[in-house]
Amino acid sequence: MPFGQKRTGGRGKAGDKKTGEKGQGQRRTLFRRRKVCKFCADKIDDINYKDVKLIGPFVPERGKILPRRISGTCAMHQRKLQTAIKRARQIALIPYVTD
Amino acid sequence: MATAVADRQYELVYIIPPESTEQQVTELHDQLAAVVERLHGAIEKTENWGRKRLAYDIGHYKEGVYVLEIINGSGELMKELDRRLRVMDQVFRHMIVRVDEEKKTIERTRTKRQSESERRRVKRGLPPQRQPGEGRSQDRDDLDDDRFDGAEV
Repeated sequence: MPFGQKRTGGRGKAGDKKTGEKGQGQRRTLFRRRKVCKFCADKIDDINYKDVKLIGPFVPERGKILPRRISGTCAMHQRKLQTAIKRARQIALIPYVTD
Repeated sequence: MATAVADRQYELVYIIPPESTEQQVTELHDQLAAVVERLHGAIEKTENWGRKRLAYDIGHYKEGVYVLEIINGSGELMKELDRRLRVMDQVFRHMIVRVDEEKKTIERTRTKRQSESERRRVKRGLPPQRQPGEGRSQDRDDLDDDRFDGAEV
């Protein structure tokens, strides 16, 4: 494995540490995915309760509102999204719960 | 005393049974329009979304005809409309939302963003509007797109 060897060599002092820790660090960088607020990135100002297509991905199967830590939405847009989802629920565009 | 300034805008959505005819829809609309008229309001726009499947059952209904009305008027008017809609048995669900303030903030952020980007572009010695074929093309491969577009666990 030339890649792994190169990595330990490059690290120098850090290479003296336990091998287990090094492995963990590598795995984390492999699987992490940068999260960006969809509404900021796409410059969507209006999160409207009538737009089910827009809101839909943030309401998974069960019907709960997807948390910020998973979707990566910024605080302001999550707040707007929340009111939009709650309004959409009132007029039966989005379910409250589904089993 | 109901001569409040009618500078507020509301959205009213109501759902009526799926079997109601076109005539019934217009009848109901006229009924509401009369109330709006009497209390010095104005209906700006009416949208009929047609038959839609409900996300959950309301009573024994699984489908409904959605109608959206955008109304300019006072709070008293909407109070009266709300009261009437509650009593009407052909309307089985309705919702009133005030929209004028939200619309204003949306407009403000939009113009702010635009002027900001224009300012920055001018500072960089570019024309204020984006030219066609400039920068990264929009239809690029989505390999580096990290935006969230679906549920994941």
